[in-house]
Amino acid sequence: MRIDKDLVAASATPLVLGILSDGDLYGYAILKRVSELSGGGMQWTDGMLYPLLHRLERLGYVSSLWGKSDAGRRRKHYAITPAGREALADRQEQWAVVAAALRQVWQSRQRPSAAVEGWA
Amino acid sequence: MAPHAELEAQIDRWRTYVQGRQAISPADVDELEDHLREQIADRQATGLDDEEAFLVAIKRLGNLDAVSHEYAREHSDRLWKQLVLVPESPGDANAPAWSELAVVLALAVGAGVAVKAGSAWIDDSAVLMRNLGLLVLPFLAAYFGWKRRFTGAVAATLLVLFAALAVVLNVYPFAAAGSTGMLAALHAPVILWLLVGVVYVGGRWRSDKRRMDFVRFTGELAIYYTLLALGGAVLIALTLATLRFVGLDLEPVLEGWILPFAVPGALVVAAWLVEAKQYVVENIAPVLTRVFTPLTAAMLLVLLAVLATAGGFVDIDRNLLILMDAILVLVLCLLLYSISARDPLSPPGLFDALQLVLVVAALAVDAVMLGAMLTRIAEFGFSPNKIAALGLNLLLLVHLCRAAWLAVGFLRGRRPFAAVERWQTRYLPVYGVWATAVVVVFPPLFGFI
Repeated sequence: MRIDKDLVAASATPLVLGILSDGDLYGYAILKRVSELSGGGMQWTDGMLYPLLHRLERLGYVSSLWGKSDAGRRRKHYAITPAGREALADRQEQWAVVAAALRQVWQSRQRPSAAVEGWA
Repeated sequence: MAPHAELEAQIDRWRTYVQGRQAISPADVDELEDHLREQIADRQATGLDDEEAFLVAIKRLGNLDAVSHEYAREHSDRLWKQLVLVPESPGDANAPAWSELAVVLALAVGAGVAVKAGSAWIDDSAVLMRNLGLLVLPFLAAYFGWKRRFTGAVAATLLVLFAALAVVLNVYPFAAAGSTGMLAALHAPVILWLLVGVVYVGGRWRSDKRRMDFVRFTGELAIYYTLLALGGAVLIALTLATLRFVGLDLEPVLEGWILPFAVPGALVVAAWLVEAKQYVVENIAPVLTRVFTPLTAAMLLVLLAVLATAGGFVDIDRNLLILMDAILVLVLCLLLYSISARDPLSPPGLFDALQLVLVVAALAVDAVMLGAMLTRIAEFGFSPNKIAALGLNLLLLVHLCRAAWLAVGFLRGRRPFAAVERWQTRYLPVYGVWATAVVVVFPPLFGFI
C-alpha cells in the first residue's frame, strides 16, 4: 500500500519528533525506524528527510551533533530538544483529535449502511 | 584493484554531481553520503551486488532536482554565496586560514606603522609623497610573497629591485618643488605596482594568463578598497559626530592616528579579501564594465565635441591636458578590466561593438591631445612635464590603435578574442619601462629641475 504524499508530509514532523523522543539517531536510522513502524507502508524519498531535519533544527525542535560512524565516516546525530518535546505533545493532541474524528466518521459510515441492509 | 573500487568511483562521481548544487552545502553532502553508504551496505547485506545496491540507494534518495529544491526552500540564504574567510569548525582541516589572517593583520599594521613613521620622520611633504608607495606596497608584495611561498632567491631579487627604486627616489638631488621630482613621485607607483604584479603572479610574469589575472585582481581590489573606504568613512563620520555631542574632538586623533593606519592597512586587507573570494564569489567586473563602458564612451564623445568647438589647441590649458591624460588612463583601465572580465570563447556581440566605440573615442581624444601638446611644445619649447606627457600619450596612442585594429578584426570574425587579450597583456610592461625611464633617466637628463 502506498501512502498519499500529502499524508506523508503532514505526518513527517510528529513521526520524526516521536522517534527522536526515544533517543538520539542519525538520518538513515530514523528512516529505518519509520519503515519498521509502518510495516514498510511508509516509504519516504530518503533525500527529503534531511531538509526536514534542518527545518526542525532551525525551529529549535531538534539539535544536531557531528559524530563518527563505526566505519569512521562523519555522521550527524539528531536529538530532540525540550521545545521539540512541547511541539510533539502539541502535535499529538492535534492528531488525537483528527484520529478520533476520523474514527467516528468511519463508524457512522458503516452503521447507516448496516441499517439499509436491515430494511431490505 | 581494491574490492569495491568501481563503487567508490561511482560514489565519488555522485558526490561531485551533488556538490554542484548551490543549495546543498559540503556538510550536507557528507550527511547524504553517509546515508547513501548505509543504504548500499544494507542492500548488499540482502544479496545485491555493488552496482545494484548503488542504483537502488540512488533511487531511494530521490530525484536530485526535487531534493535540492527542498534544500533551497529551507536554506534560501545559500543561494547567496557565502564567503568563508576562516573555517568555523576544526573538522574542515583548513587550519592555515588562521595563520593567514594573522599574517594579513600583521602586514596591515606594518604598512600603517611604516606610513606613520614616514610621516613623523620625513618633514618635506614632496619627499614623503615620493616615498609613499614604497612605504605601503612592499607590505602588499610581502603578503603575496608569503602566499605564493617564494624562495629566498626570488624574494631577494625583488627586495633588491624595491631597494634600488628607494635609492633612486631618495639619493637623486631633486630640486625643491621641481617638476622631475613630481614626475618621479607620479611614476614610481606604476613601477611599484608592476613589481607587486610580479609577486602576485608568483614570478611567472611571462605568462599572458597570469598577467590577465593580475589585471583582474587590480580591478577587483579597486572595488573592494572603495567599499572598505566607504564603510570606514561612514563609521568614522558617525563616531566623530557622536563624540562631538559629548564635547570630544576626535579630529586630531583621526588625522594623526586613524587615517595613517586605516588607509594603508585597508589596502592589504582588501587584497586578502580579493584573494580569498576569487573562486567563491562571482566577480562584479562583468556587471560594472557593462554599465560603465557605454557611459564612458558617451563622456568621451561629449568631451570631443566640447574640445572641437572650443577652437585652437594652443588655448587648451595645461591643467586640462593633465586632466585629459588622467581620463585616458582611466579609460584604459576600464578597457583592460572589461577585457579581463570577458569570456574569451563567447562570440562577438553588441558589447564588443560598444567597446570598439570606446576605444575609437579614446583614440580621437588622444589624437586631439597630441596635437595640442605638439603645438604647445612648438610654441613654448621642451620641459620635463611636456616630454613625460607626450611620451605617455604616444604610448596610449599605440596601445589604442592596435587595440582598435584587433577589435575590428574580432568583430568581423577574422581573429579570436585571445588576440585582443594578448595584445593588452603584452603591452603592459611597456608602461613599466616608460615609468622607469621617467623616474631614473629624466631627472639627470633635465638636471633635477
